[in-house]
Amino acid sequence: MTSNIDLVINFTYVISAALFIFGLKLLGHPSSARKGNLISGIAMLLAIVVTLLDNSIVNFQWIAIAMLAGAVVGFFAARLIAMTDMPEMVSLLNGVGGLASVFVAWATIQSGAGISAFILVVTFLALLIGGVTFSGSIVAWAKLSERITGRAVTFSGQAVVNGIIVLAIVATGYAFVAQPDFALSSTEVLYVALGLSLLFGIMLVLPIGGADMPVVISLLNSYSGLAACAAGFALHNNILIVAGSLVGASGIILTNIMCKAMNRSLSNVLFSGFMAVHKTDMVIEGEVKPLSADDAYYVLEAAQSVVVIPGYGMAVAQAQHVMKELQLQLEENGCEVAYAIHPVAGRMPGHMNVLLAEADVSYEQLFEMDEINKRIENFDVAMVIGANDVVNPAAREMKGSPIYGMPVINADLAKNVFVLKRGMASGFAGIDNPLFFKPNTRMIFGDAKETLGHIVRQFND
Amino acid sequence: MEAIYLLFILLLSIFIGFELIQKVPATLHTPLMSGANAISGITVVGALALAGDETLGEYAMYLGAFAVFLATINVVGGYLVTDRMLAMFKKKQ
Repeated sequence: MTSNIDLVINFTYVISAALFIFGLKLLGHPSSARKGNLISGIAMLLAIVVTLLDNSIVNFQWIAIAMLAGAVVGFFAARLIAMTDMPEMVSLLNGVGGLASVFVAWATIQSGAGISAFILVVTFLALLIGGVTFSGSIVAWAKLSERITGRAVTFSGQAVVNGIIVLAIVATGYAFVAQPDFALSSTEVLYVALGLSLLFGIMLVLPIGGADMPVVISLLNSYSGLAACAAGFALHNNILIVAGSLVGASGIILTNIMCKAMNRSLSNVLFSGFMAVHKTDMVIEGEVKPLSADDAYYVLEAAQSVVVIPGYGMAVAQAQHVMKELQLQLEENGCEVAYAIHPVAGRMPGHMNVLLAEADVSYEQLFEMDEINKRIENFDVAMVIGANDVVNPAAREMKGSPIYGMPVINADLAKNVFVLKRGMASGFAGIDNPLFFKPNTRMIFGDAKETLGHIVRQFND
Repeated sequence: MEAIYLLFILLLSIFIGFELIQKVPATLHTPLMSGANAISGITVVGALALAGDETLGEYAMYLGAFAVFLATINVVGGYLVTDRMLAMFKKKQ
């Protein structure tokens, strides 16, 4: 068992684990993050290469084909994906990771007579978590890419159906562990377990609305790590357990951050599709004061400080690049420009930061909500571009509003507020935004890209 | 006893994971997630042993090889896309 080769392999796994941890540590700051990712990649390469030395690996033909094919797919996916589609990419990678664990578990079961009860339990877990991750991620991906409706899909008796699925999963799990000879000899049990886990993943994500997808992706990210972890237990492989649990922990932390940013509990996000729709009879009335892009230019020309509050609408309008142009013009004019990023501004954690980084905005100008809220009164102009709920003062001042209590960027406290908006439709949550009626708010209607382009041209003249 | 020893590793790495990831700033959360995708591709290491071991039977080898394919997508795709994103994060000139 403990031949010299095994010793070398396991010792290298220790080094690899240390490098993974060190790589994650370097991810603590944008200036060192790229190096951290490289170190993490080296750790992975080390683990893969040393594993190939294993004496029991004798047939390299299929390994070579599989790795080459996987590398080609991964390479092109990473190169071709647009930054706006990162949530879809991460969803798919979550799913692929889950499916890989399913196949590892499947192969383990297929390979072995005389597996101990412990290994059967963890293998079943790897199969189950992996299956749920895979099908759940595919549904999340379909919702994000609008291949299916983004709305919560519910039907009567859904809770009963889910209950039956859970019971059936427990029953097959029991069959595996209590009747291993039967379960291993007849592949039907395996297929049933796999089918149930896939079905459960679909049922888990279907009732969750599109606006809650950041939570779901983070959670599935965590699951894909836990599936790798369970596979590590099944194979008695330390490095799988270490790496898998790092990923699991990361996903759980991000899930928690996203829930807090929306002032919801995880169970509320997962099960709110089943609850009755919360309707407020509250009517917000007021006068909307429009402003032309020409007049906006005069205000911006005189401004000493501007805070930009982007939402996903900015990315949809592809306005981030022209915003960067405007930023340069303002800075040339002696104005300070800051960007305030709400945790759920994009469609996944940190998405907006990546989109702005793509437009060449320095990370030193991106501020978190809490930082900016402390000094928002000092800004001459707050420019809200394609954002709605994340700047909604109802969250602060209207008890009974569905988003009451959600932490928001207090744009309304700035001296002037410009809201760049296509028209007067309400945002994703379907609530009216009292910010639009505040005395210091001006609405600049029209396509954000065109409006900003117009202002930039004014500066040039 | 082996199970307890593995649980020890699990427990300690979850703790260190929590400590480390809490320190990752919000601005890097998307690269963190795609980087985590890459790390979860570590399943490839487990899959390799299954794909190359002829004593396990042909069926298990094919399943293992398919797992190698999937996990490699995660490793290569995850690291490359993370690097692509992190390269865009720039300091102010």
